[in-house]
Amino acid sequence: MTDGATPLPAAGCRDAPVLKQRGQHEVFCGLTGIIWLHRKMQDAFFLVVGSRTCAHLLQSAAGVMIFAEPRFGTAILEETDLAGLADAQVELEREVARLLERRKDIRQLFLVGSCPSEVIKLDLARAAEKLSLQHAPHVRVLNYSGSGIETTFTEGEDACLASMVPVLPDTDERQLLVVGALPDVVEDQMLDLLSKMGIDNVKVLPARRADSTLAVGPNTSFILTQPFLGGTLAALGKRGARHIPAPFPFGEEGTTAWLRAVAMEFGVDITLFDTVTHAPRARARKAISQAAEKLDGKSIFFFPDSQLEIPLARFLTRECGMTAIEVGAPYIHKGVVGPDLDLLEEGPTLSEGQDVEMQLDRCRAAQPDLTVCGLGLANPLEAEGLATKWAIELVFTPVHFYEQAGDLAGLFSRPLNRRAKLRLEAAE
Amino acid sequence: MKLSVWTYEGPPHVGALRVATAMKGLHYVLHAPQGDTYADLLFTMIERRNHRPPVTYTTFQARDLGADTANLFKTATQAAYERFHPQAMIVGASCTAELIQDDPGGMAEQMGLPCPVIALDLPSYQRKENFGADETLFQLVRNLARPMERTGHVTANLIGPTALGFRHRDDITEVTALLEDMGISVNVCAPFNATPEDLTRLGAAHFNVLMYPETGEAACRWMERELDQPFTKTVPIGVGATRDFIAEVAEITGHEPNLDDSRLRLPWYSASVDSTYLTGKRVFLFGDGTHVAAAARIARDEMGFEVVGLGCYNREMARPIRALAKDYGVEALITDDYLDVEQRIEELAPEMILGTQMERHIGKRLGIPCAVISAPVHVQDFPARYSPQMGIEGANVIFDTWVHPLVMGLEEHLLHMFRDDFEFHDDAGASHHGHKAVDRKAEDRPGLAPGPLSHPTEDPQPANDNTSITWLADAEKELKKIPFFVRGKARRNTETFAAERGMTQISLDTLYEAKAHYAR
Repeated sequence: MTDGATPLPAAGCRDAPVLKQRGQHEVFCGLTGIIWLHRKMQDAFFLVVGSRTCAHLLQSAAGVMIFAEPRFGTAILEETDLAGLADAQVELEREVARLLERRKDIRQLFLVGSCPSEVIKLDLARAAEKLSLQHAPHVRVLNYSGSGIETTFTEGEDACLASMVPVLPDTDERQLLVVGALPDVVEDQMLDLLSKMGIDNVKVLPARRADSTLAVGPNTSFILTQPFLGGTLAALGKRGARHIPAPFPFGEEGTTAWLRAVAMEFGVDITLFDTVTHAPRARARKAISQAAEKLDGKSIFFFPDSQLEIPLARFLTRECGMTAIEVGAPYIHKGVVGPDLDLLEEGPTLSEGQDVEMQLDRCRAAQPDLTVCGLGLANPLEAEGLATKWAIELVFTPVHFYEQAGDLAGLFSRPLNRRAKLRLEAAE
Repeated sequence: MKLSVWTYEGPPHVGALRVATAMKGLHYVLHAPQGDTYADLLFTMIERRNHRPPVTYTTFQARDLGADTANLFKTATQAAYERFHPQAMIVGASCTAELIQDDPGGMAEQMGLPCPVIALDLPSYQRKENFGADETLFQLVRNLARPMERTGHVTANLIGPTALGFRHRDDITEVTALLEDMGISVNVCAPFNATPEDLTRLGAAHFNVLMYPETGEAACRWMERELDQPFTKTVPIGVGATRDFIAEVAEITGHEPNLDDSRLRLPWYSASVDSTYLTGKRVFLFGDGTHVAAAARIARDEMGFEVVGLGCYNREMARPIRALAKDYGVEALITDDYLDVEQRIEELAPEMILGTQMERHIGKRLGIPCAVISAPVHVQDFPARYSPQMGIEGANVIFDTWVHPLVMGLEEHLLHMFRDDFEFHDDAGASHHGHKAVDRKAEDRPGLAPGPLSHPTEDPQPANDNTSITWLADAEKELKKIPFFVRGKARRNTETFAAERGMTQISLDTLYEAKAHYAR
């Protein structure tokens, strides 16, 4: 591929030193993932076993309460549960029975562990097993941890998907498994591209419904669509499936590299590959170039948040002409983001974990043109004169693959556009 | 263990955060796991604050639990002091840290920091957000305020307004003006915009104005006892309550009651003929106890509504709200379960809800107009314009806010008159609301073509389970001609009327007999 491609960097960031600091982490916990997972898996219910804080987090992070009875809820631990006056396991079984009685549409129930349930060592795995037996075959009960002490923001999705892998049926079929929750419209675009290349036996984890034909085995090759699925990667490895490492499908370059990795694994003819990707690649480049005009030459600073930071830094520096000053990620799993690090030219500070106060000091000193950060920091930084992009929008908005590449670039150019448009001073 | 979908109140440490964020020069060190930092966005996003809440979270992780979370707390506290140099600090634990029993208060005391450090003990598994705010302010006041010489002229402290409060910012301005008109100035307003140093001067005021009992009552009771400061019991929301408040202040201070009501418009707006249509509108009220009590009086006495039900989510106010409900001849609903509230509203089928953002969603689903009167708040509850609930301007604001969700007076008459008109039909909705009016297609117009007789999605389902009663085609068709904002009530009344008489079918006659029966 030579047409318009950015040359590979002389030295990538795979072996660059990583700044590690330990202080306040300004990040969500893994429970937050429930907000998009419950929309994606339409017959699943997520029952957090936790405190009022967990319920309040879900409500606040979800924004408005638009669903009368959403497919998630919190079993709030009370004083009696903690004091051992009530057998928490029995209480939980009672609440689950009531819930399933009222919601006949539920086919999969996830018991989601929280900080308090883990500190008091409530055995949700045992509870899930017992409840599965009680409610089989209509409902399958699984458990995972979304607690802040175990998971950071998007790691909740990883934990959820990983919990589903051990119970998948076996198969010897040659198939591609695409892993990661994507909006349906984006998933359909991806399946269409793969189908045009002759790859038709494609399954997606998570499936939209519990009764799907999802299975896994030694002839399964899998690829991730999200850079936060390290645990699921390991779980699939244990089932004998083969990981296809690739850069993540953000932007034209990332999408092409991702598709090419799949094409190579499945022996797709290179001419066919070029024919299928030619038109959408051109469209994506065109769409990106419009937003990139505003981004070209601008600097960007990433606070750790969604774990998308490294692939996005790769996209913004290579396809939009930006300069990365610091790329912070909650944690760096080189087995997952290695191919993106290879493409990211050395230079930016790579940081893992966080001391938010010290990172704010670095950000203020650097005065980046754009700062990517969580909702708690965005308005305060704007008030200090720094343009910001809320990171949470990146996980709620369709941004993967060719047809969304322009929208993705647009998410970053919009705050700069807005600043340029506002004229709040006197005309003089 | 209790299954909860949406909650009216957060955990108690969020209440403490509301106090800390309202203040200046105070810093809160919260022993909490990673993830509890979500609370920052309540203030930076919902309230659009342009600064981070003054909080340091220790954000411990699983690996710290085996090691040394206590040391993590000390390091975080030391670093927070050195970075922010607060005048005072508060320290405490969130729900998870409460379980690991590190004793933040004890540790902070041993550290010998050069500023007052106040320990908060907020039981996360028993109490909630309002308690957390009330207790935090109480502890701050108890630790910082001392008896002292009173100011030469009469002054008052304003107690209770916090960050993330329902219109607290503007209520402060309004109450300050009410007091100024009586020659009384404000000594300290707390916690909103107060520093810990300001709290040491609380004792100089002659009395306290308890603006919000939910968040300020414990502090006021302590100051009454220890600083000999009486506090006001009337919350000046509404015309009558504002006049009562002025009288109460006059009695406490010996000053002449004085209220400049030249800008007060609610009484005339309510008396003017356009407001006739408000008469007897059946309203349901839900929210925090203070706002519900105030709103009930306005609804009945100042707007001419009929209060058909009321309740509050904060159990601390259960007693006064039950007593109030008795006064109004209704049964109080004291619950923090949003599904209970939804069920009660469905049963009562009011014509309007005065509630919180939660009830706004309920209203949307049931097709009942709703105006917001209380926290929990939403970004919409922080309007750019001046928009108090208290005092003279508060009454004006309330009149406008409550009338807005309804179809306007004259328009309601027009809808009754031209109910089958292609433009003035009731699917068009109220003309001042943003959505697009849809021209009714000819075939849907009653009498022109045989359209479907009932759209199951359109009418609220009958709340009483009258499955044995059937609507005859004529009656069903007539029901469709009744304007949308009263149709649900008409359906319900007719069914109740029929059920009480053991009827199994509703004819055109039954519909009009029921109408005559319920005529007011």
